[in-house]
Amino acid sequence: MDHNDQHSHDAPHVVSYGQYVLIWLGLLALTGITVALAGIDLGRWVIVTALVIAAIKSTLVLNIFMHLKFEHRMFRWFVVIALATLAIFFILLFFDYAFH
Amino acid sequence: MATTAVETGPDFYHEPSARKGLRGWIFSTDHKRIGILYGVTMMVFFTVAVIIGLLIRLELLYPGKTIVDPQTYNTFFTLHGIMMIFLFIIPGLPAVFGNFLLPIMIGAKDVFFPRLNLLSWWLFLAGGVLALVSLALPGGPADTGWTFYVPYSVRTTTNVLPALMAAFILGFSSILTGLNFITTIHRMRAPGMDWFRMPLFTWSLYATGWIQILATPIIGITLLLVAIERWFGVGIFDPALGGDPVLYQHLFWIYSHPAVYIMVLPGLGVVSEILPVFARRTIFGYKFIAYSSLAIAFIGSLVWAHHMFTVGMSDTGMFIFSFLTFLVSIPSAIKVFNWIATLYKGSIDPDVPLLYVLSMIVQFCIGGFTGLLLGTLAVNIHVQDTYFVVGHFHYVMFGGTGFALFAALHYWFPKMFGRMYAKRPAIVAWLLATIGFNLLYFPMFFLGYLGMPRRYYDYLPEYTIYHQISTVGSWVLALGLLVMVVNLIVALRKGAKASANPWGSKTLEWTVASPPPMENFHEIPVVTKGPYDYSEYERPHETK
Repeated sequence: MDHNDQHSHDAPHVVSYGQYVLIWLGLLALTGITVALAGIDLGRWVIVTALVIAAIKSTLVLNIFMHLKFEHRMFRWFVVIALATLAIFFILLFFDYAFH
Repeated sequence: MATTAVETGPDFYHEPSARKGLRGWIFSTDHKRIGILYGVTMMVFFTVAVIIGLLIRLELLYPGKTIVDPQTYNTFFTLHGIMMIFLFIIPGLPAVFGNFLLPIMIGAKDVFFPRLNLLSWWLFLAGGVLALVSLALPGGPADTGWTFYVPYSVRTTTNVLPALMAAFILGFSSILTGLNFITTIHRMRAPGMDWFRMPLFTWSLYATGWIQILATPIIGITLLLVAIERWFGVGIFDPALGGDPVLYQHLFWIYSHPAVYIMVLPGLGVVSEILPVFARRTIFGYKFIAYSSLAIAFIGSLVWAHHMFTVGMSDTGMFIFSFLTFLVSIPSAIKVFNWIATLYKGSIDPDVPLLYVLSMIVQFCIGGFTGLLLGTLAVNIHVQDTYFVVGHFHYVMFGGTGFALFAALHYWFPKMFGRMYAKRPAIVAWLLATIGFNLLYFPMFFLGYLGMPRRYYDYLPEYTIYHQISTVGSWVLALGLLVMVVNLIVALRKGAKASANPWGSKTLEWTVASPPPMENFHEIPVVTKGPYDYSEYERPHETK
């Protein structure tokens, strides 16, 4: 085994049921906000608002339900690499679409 | 490389505790058995795809109809592409040789997720069978080409959906293999094997694994969107329904160009593995070769739109993608220069694996240089969608990866099967394959430059001579492949027993018996040196 990459052997972090329920309620509230905002004409901010709320929700799910917050730093790097790749794909796509 | 004696014991073919017969294979989670399973399945698909390729070339021997009608011809080139790409060359090196060798090369007993590994093979089989079943279903085989371009793929009445689903399932197989390899490399390296003591084939599998994980889901979702468009008539890509066909091309190539690197990177790793052994030289520029794999994986993921220079992209987009395309040639060239520097002043032993590697390097360079021509905007406009592209693609994929696969086969054959093959027929096969390959594909550069479009059933009489040379080349190549296969099958049955390390290699797989025992190592080895230490063959001032 490569010791640099070893998972830390700290005691596994336990998230209480209360916290899970709280996060779940938070997610439901954010979903409610998304639905409510869809009925309001925010012009060019519609997509931005929806995306920001979605980003907050996925951050909560990743960190709490998928335990990313309590994992070894390497796993967080893996997620960052995936997100960065996606961002690069978007940027490069827009070099075509934005300059039509 | 390590401080261990040769590992012996019952080999993995005769492990007493294993299930007997076919069940012992198709339900085995042993990485070596899964590697062999992939190899056998892949050879079946490869044989079918080669036969279809030969029929395509035969049809093109004369202008007009030679053996089949235009619709059959369309399904031929579609099937040839789908089978060769999704069922042979993408899984080829990683799934067969990666599975078999990766754990042994890093001093592990298996991959990190053995059951997931078996699941990837089952998915591969399911995808392959679905692709074959689509041929027999009513409606006829898909005729879209392997690229499934919309709007045609949405409108054709042929069996596009089963073919799409097959590619979708095969994508999952590929993702799981990549995930397994990355985890295995991170978690299961033997003590002392730090990142820069890993064999370069392992590095290439690591870089490939990242592309498999990051890019494959995109094609999965894209193919699913095409299926949704066909099923429900939702306007995603079809302009008649308000969709954007150029978006399809973007999404398709965001995966399919990096997929080219899934195909070629392990091939480049094989070359880096074989060259130092047969040049008896410590590899030149180890770290540069290792890093260049990552650089190719990264930059190679950013160049996809060079397949689309004529579809009406913005000028800014074209300029940027052309520039990035030129950039990706740098890490590729780093590898080639380091290989040549490794050969320089080496004690070269021109054995069969090295011969295939040398052919590969030359052909890969021709493929690479013609790729640069295609990346040049002005030239691209002229040769886009012509035989020039077909020539370029086959030089990289077959001349590069295919020959690297043959090199790997001849290099690791004694390790995998515990038998040696006859060298003379192997050299004859190499010679025929090299001559045949170049006869087959080099005329395509002329054809393309003169304006012959790809995928056309018929052609003008002035192209006849090039097509005929090409078709004759396909026969020579097929003969070479036949000699190779027969020689290896004979070796399986009658070949002399191979020693643990017939080539004098330094990597860990050669410290275990041939074929390897069930769990590779009784005791996990401790690695104390790099993988290519041939300093005993080098004069003191040359030692690095």
